[in-house]
Amino acid sequence: MKKSKQFWPFIIVAVLVYAVVQILISTEIINQFYSNTLILIAINIILAVSLHLVIGITGQFSIGHAGFLAVGAYLSAIVTMKLHLPFVVAIIVGGIVAALAGLIVGIPSLRLKGDYLAIATLGFAEIIRIVFLNIDAVGGAAGMQVSHLTTWTYAFVCLVITLVVIVNFTNSRHGLAAISVRENEIASDAMGINTTYYKVIAFAIGSFFAGVAGALFSHNFYIIQPSQFGFLKSFDILIFVVLGGLGSLSGAVLSAILLTVVSTYLQGYPETRMIIYSLVLILVMLYRPKGLMGTMEITDYFKLWRTPKGGGQHGK
Amino acid sequence: MENKPLLEVKNTGIQFGGLKAVQNLNMVLNQGELVGLIGPNGAGKTTSFNLLTGVYEPTEGDIIFKGERVNGLPPFKVTRKGISRTFQNIRLFNELSVLDNVKVAYHSLAKHNILSSVLRLPSHFKGEQEMEEKSIEFLKIFSLDKYKDELAKNLPYGQQRRLEIARALAAGPKLLLLDEPAAGMNPQETKDLMDLIAFIRNKFDLTILLIEHDMNLVMGVCERIYVLDHGQLLAEGSPEEIRNHPKVIEAYLGEEVHDVNA
Repeated sequence: MKKSKQFWPFIIVAVLVYAVVQILISTEIINQFYSNTLILIAINIILAVSLHLVIGITGQFSIGHAGFLAVGAYLSAIVTMKLHLPFVVAIIVGGIVAALAGLIVGIPSLRLKGDYLAIATLGFAEIIRIVFLNIDAVGGAAGMQVSHLTTWTYAFVCLVITLVVIVNFTNSRHGLAAISVRENEIASDAMGINTTYYKVIAFAIGSFFAGVAGALFSHNFYIIQPSQFGFLKSFDILIFVVLGGLGSLSGAVLSAILLTVVSTYLQGYPETRMIIYSLVLILVMLYRPKGLMGTMEITDYFKLWRTPKGGGQHGK
Repeated sequence: MENKPLLEVKNTGIQFGGLKAVQNLNMVLNQGELVGLIGPNGAGKTTSFNLLTGVYEPTEGDIIFKGERVNGLPPFKVTRKGISRTFQNIRLFNELSVLDNVKVAYHSLAKHNILSSVLRLPSHFKGEQEMEEKSIEFLKIFSLDKYKDELAKNLPYGQQRRLEIARALAAGPKLLLLDEPAAGMNPQETKDLMDLIAFIRNKFDLTILLIEHDMNLVMGVCERIYVLDHGQLLAEGSPEEIRNHPKVIEAYLGEEVHDVNA
């Protein structure tokens, strides 16, 4: 209930952000480069938040998120380029097929725990990449040409929908069940919670939004190649989640913004780019070992400001 | 109906490879009883609990609860049938608040689905509010409501045990299995616990099966006691009978030596 009060402020802020950026873009105060960066930020936030649901909330260590990104990217590209359907249809198809892939991978592999699940998901992502690499209809290694359809409006609307769905899921009995799986699977089972169901559901929702991000991603760059969806991409997404703080949605959002900006800015210095990027990661992990936000959310900080003695009641 | 037992365990056993952890276990629990399960370390007590709650599937025999076979069901279904448990080493949801810990147990009683939560339909708010109210109500019974926003891991040990029992009860069981509830408690805490067990039993019309090493507690509250040793049932009877049972004494203290010179 407490979260429903945050809903309208969130929508108002979202509309404001959208309007301001849209005006800046249409009046060409910010150029193509910056608007592209903003779209990239939106895509990365969607990826980070969707993986946050799987790792941060449900506690299932999946490192094959780029696989679902690839499924969404390729499927949506096929829908627009081969079937000549509208982009909206492509986004939805990309999401749904990625979610189905999530179900197919999730049902057998979510019986595994910890490292084993990580290896299984990593293997899955590689399989997806190799499959696309070997299908000539989508261009094989040379890649597939895709028209540029992603606009700030598409990216932002998808981002807002992602955030609303994942926040609403998390702040319900279903999210609580998923968190209980993360906290103690045996106890959760003993409390009457169908742990497999929630693991698979969280995985499927996460995959759906990764697929949506894939659709936006593929229609943003004119060309997609299997090499863009290798395991390094999976790790990029994982880094967003871990750096933001496992279990913190606002942390995932913040770190996705921060790292995208850092990485885009560093494109001007190709020689030192990866060194500085790595240094940023090391510094953050040294000074904030639990991630930027730990397990806190931005809204928790607002609460701390309001309560005079610094929040949390202790006993009395 | 009167003479139909709540739980019947018939010749149940489980084998891990060549090891028969529990065999030929026969138990009958009647509605409203408070029964103890004791035995030396490694006797198979916790394994028996795991059999009853579906963590393990028995390799032989049947478990009948309220006239239904429950062996082979996954643990969450067994819980929904009405068997709930606590754990020997506390398994709370540490990073969740005390209130949320209890809410998790109410999960299967609420009905709103994922779609209504994502779309924030009226049924979501109704369901969530009901869960919250019931959980707070519940914490009051255990006088844990003052800790409701505290993280479970920050509670003192005794309160964590209490919370675990509260959480198990929130799932709405008919049969409650307590695995060493007094472990690590001082005598005063143990006494409080005994009172609590007696209280919840009347309040919730429960049948309780209790594993415990603290003989004062077992002998004090249990009406009947089963003794396990080496995976087999050694004895069954009232606390008085068990106290004087030669086989039980032998299991706990070793065989009596008759002739030292032989």
